Amino acid sequence: MAEIDIKYDDFVDITDKVCPLTFVKAKVAIDELEDGEVLAVKMNDGEPVQNVPRSFKEDGHQILKLYDNEDGTYTLLVRKVEE
Amino acid sequence: MADTINYAELKKGGFMKQKQKGFGSLRLAVVGGNLTASQIKTVSEVAEKYGKGYVHMTSRQGIEIPFINVNQLAEVKAALAAGGVKTGVCGPRVRTVTACQGSEICPSGCIDTYTLAKELDERYFGRELPHKFKFGVTGCQNNCLKAEENDVGIKGGMEIAYKESACIGCGVCIKACRTDALSIADGKIVLDESKCNNCARCVKSCPTDAWEGTPGYIVSFGGTFGNFVYKGEELVPIIKDKETLFRVTDAAIEYFEENAKPSERFRKTLERLGDEGLKKKVRAAYAGQ
Repeated sequence: MAEIDIKYDDFVDITDKVCPLTFVKAKVAIDELEDGEVLAVKMNDGEPVQNVPRSFKEDGHQILKLYDNEDGTYTLLVRKVEE
Repeated sequence: MADTINYAELKKGGFMKQKQKGFGSLRLAVVGGNLTASQIKTVSEVAEKYGKGYVHMTSRQGIEIPFINVNQLAEVKAALAAGGVKTGVCGPRVRTVTACQGSEICPSGCIDTYTLAKELDERYFGRELPHKFKFGVTGCQNNCLKAEENDVGIKGGMEIAYKESACIGCGVCIKACRTDALSIADGKIVLDESKCNNCARCVKSCPTDAWEGTPGYIVSFGGTFGNFVYKGEELVPIIKDKETLFRVTDAAIEYFEENAKPSERFRKTLERLGDEGLKKKVRAAYAGQ
């Protein structure tokens, strides 16, 4: 596991979901946070890591970092930005 | 008087002979896959009144109304025209210009495909040539509109530039890239330009806009996907302005007009003559000559 050196407020694992539920689950999780809070999202390699960070960006949130867990999964740290 | 019907002439107006004697399927003009709701209403009314109450969606974003009686064709065309619907074309000429929704609608789009399709349509639609000639415009490397299956295919892409000062080294772009063109060294991204296919996924995914993308047109020539299948080839680098793009498309269509035998598709001309002549002509056009 990569060492996550950013403090986060909530964690969601979407490795058990397939598109489009990957982003749905992540979106529900970030919706529940307050403005400025940070969400950690664990996702699979492939489509999720190619698309989920970009979807957060398109929704206006701030991506902080992507960690390679070196087990075929990644953890994305994203800060909630209210509209 | 069915024996006096000139079907070649009718095909210019998009009327396709059916198996059923005296009937044809009438092809409508559609540009870039868009019709207004009011146009669709007109099509619906005409299909109810003159056809069999249904339409056929073609493989290239067109609509045909089957079972139009040839004797009512003029009346049908007038009814369509009154509702702002024009007829399409078949036969040896420039066909429907297809397009995906492009950058105005789609988050993946790199170019405004619909505007470009309308411009290509105004410039070339229906132009008489030795054989059919198809243009297709797709907004990005996802290639929803299958650019390379057209005689001239245009695909949106971006030329990219890295702004190191804006980069936070998050690594999102490395995963977004599908050609392994990016890697990280000392917290900064390294681009292998030989692997970049201008897809702009790095630009679209970067959270800090550290990838600057300049939109452009990736053009392919000589594609065909019918009796014979061939993937169109890119003969010039990505084009960044429309003036150059139209100079290049003009050059391709002129080359076809000047060199093809009657009823010979673009690809077949290129196979008969080799592609050196076309390469020379489109590269000169690309260079501004």
